[in-house]
Amino acid sequence: MNKEQKDHLLQYLSKGIRYDGRKLLESRPVTIEVGISQSAEGSARVKIGTTDVMAGVKIAAEKPYGDTPDQGNLMVNAELYPLSSPKFETGPPGEQAIEVARVTDRGIRESKAIDVKKLCITPRELVWGVAIDVVTVNDGGDIMDAAALAAMAAVRHARFPALKDGKVDYGARTTMQLPISSLPVSVTVYKIGPHFLIDPLPEEEDAADARLTITTTEDGLVRAMQKGGATPLTIDEIDTMVKISLERAPELRKLLKQT
Amino acid sequence: MYAKRFDGRGFHDLRPMIAKVGVIPRADGSAFFQIGKTTAYAAVYGPRDLFPKFKQNPSTGILRCNYNMMPFSGHGDRVKPGGSRRSKEINMVMEKALLPVLDLTDYPNSVVDVFIELPQTDAGTRCAGITAASMALADAGLAMKDLVAAVAVGKVGDKVVSDLIYDEEAYEEEGGATDIPVAVLPRSGMVSLLQLDGGISAPDLRKALELARDKCREIYDVQKAALKQRFVEVHK
Repeated sequence: MNKEQKDHLLQYLSKGIRYDGRKLLESRPVTIEVGISQSAEGSARVKIGTTDVMAGVKIAAEKPYGDTPDQGNLMVNAELYPLSSPKFETGPPGEQAIEVARVTDRGIRESKAIDVKKLCITPRELVWGVAIDVVTVNDGGDIMDAAALAAMAAVRHARFPALKDGKVDYGARTTMQLPISSLPVSVTVYKIGPHFLIDPLPEEEDAADARLTITTTEDGLVRAMQKGGATPLTIDEIDTMVKISLERAPELRKLLKQT
Repeated sequence: MYAKRFDGRGFHDLRPMIAKVGVIPRADGSAFFQIGKTTAYAAVYGPRDLFPKFKQNPSTGILRCNYNMMPFSGHGDRVKPGGSRRSKEINMVMEKALLPVLDLTDYPNSVVDVFIELPQTDAGTRCAGITAASMALADAGLAMKDLVAAVAVGKVGDKVVSDLIYDEEAYEEEGGATDIPVAVLPRSGMVSLLQLDGGISAPDLRKALELARDKCREIYDVQKAALKQRFVEVHK
């Protein structure tokens, strides 16, 4: 984004107006749909405005990792498909995709959203492996928050497949849900000039000086954070951004619970 | 004898279809196509500059297809992300299937990228991908001589069938299953994709190909209806 465009954006942000007419702390409509892929054990699709993200959960029976012999394996992966934006390329995940995957992973792992101890089948031999894949269908901005929401919606929707003699029978699905112990929700707050805003458009993402993704749980605790952008933040600014996230999270959590 | 299909369809019936155009706002053209449980999204970007430069052709633009199954879209285990030998081959045959209807000579040194993503699969994925891709190319406003419709036909046990599902591909009695993905240019009836796995006699192959041609015309009607839906005019 060039200087003239950014000046124009800043001029309107100082009047409290955004490109699409929203207020600074106003989100576009959010919808969550579950069961969008019958091939997955759990799946969900999140739309935030024109942003369109899918998540799928595959559950497998595998060997535990050596350092956690009595815990299930949890993996979060994100793919920013070139189908969803002219800016995304084919090939192995780039740094943006890896950041989305790792921040989503941290939110779920650190809040103990999935109780991995309950995913043990036979210690040291067999545990459940939960693979969460988040993919983008259309990038209309705010991928990070959409990804976290889709991942948790898919986790909630997932049902264990049947297990026969240590092998998974994908044709037979049980009614058993994953052991879920909390609902982490991510809200990323963007800073452009002196202004804070949420749910950015791609143009606003390009213009941002800094961003802070804050994942919180229903007990009000901050479970994961990630600062992006090259501009440093003051402690007061971080405090403000955390409060914005905590204020926004209950509405998203309510949407999650309705699925 | 294969007396009744696993899903109860007639031997020559297609599964129910859903087609929609313009589903990915960021793309220059896009489409969604569902047949039975197989779902495909296609997005077109371009014509745009082609890099690396040595791939550029000064006499024409080129078409590049990228087929991918989402990691959670497989029949059993998770599909590892990233290309495979299978997806590379599919990319190539898709390009050959779609190129006959395109004329990219107006776009030298450029590329038209087609990305195909499948969230959920039950066989016939390359055919659903081609069907969606041709709608997306039309949606992108590229000059086209025809659309391309595709379906897998074949033989399951003793019956010539259209639009096979996974359970049929895995059929093992009486000679098993023959899977023949076919793409057809509906207006001329010409075949632009043809692959075969299995074992089938020449007369049955001919029957299967004629069935594919007829079924692709049914798919073509769905494609056209979806494309027209984008430009409906309301009269009062």
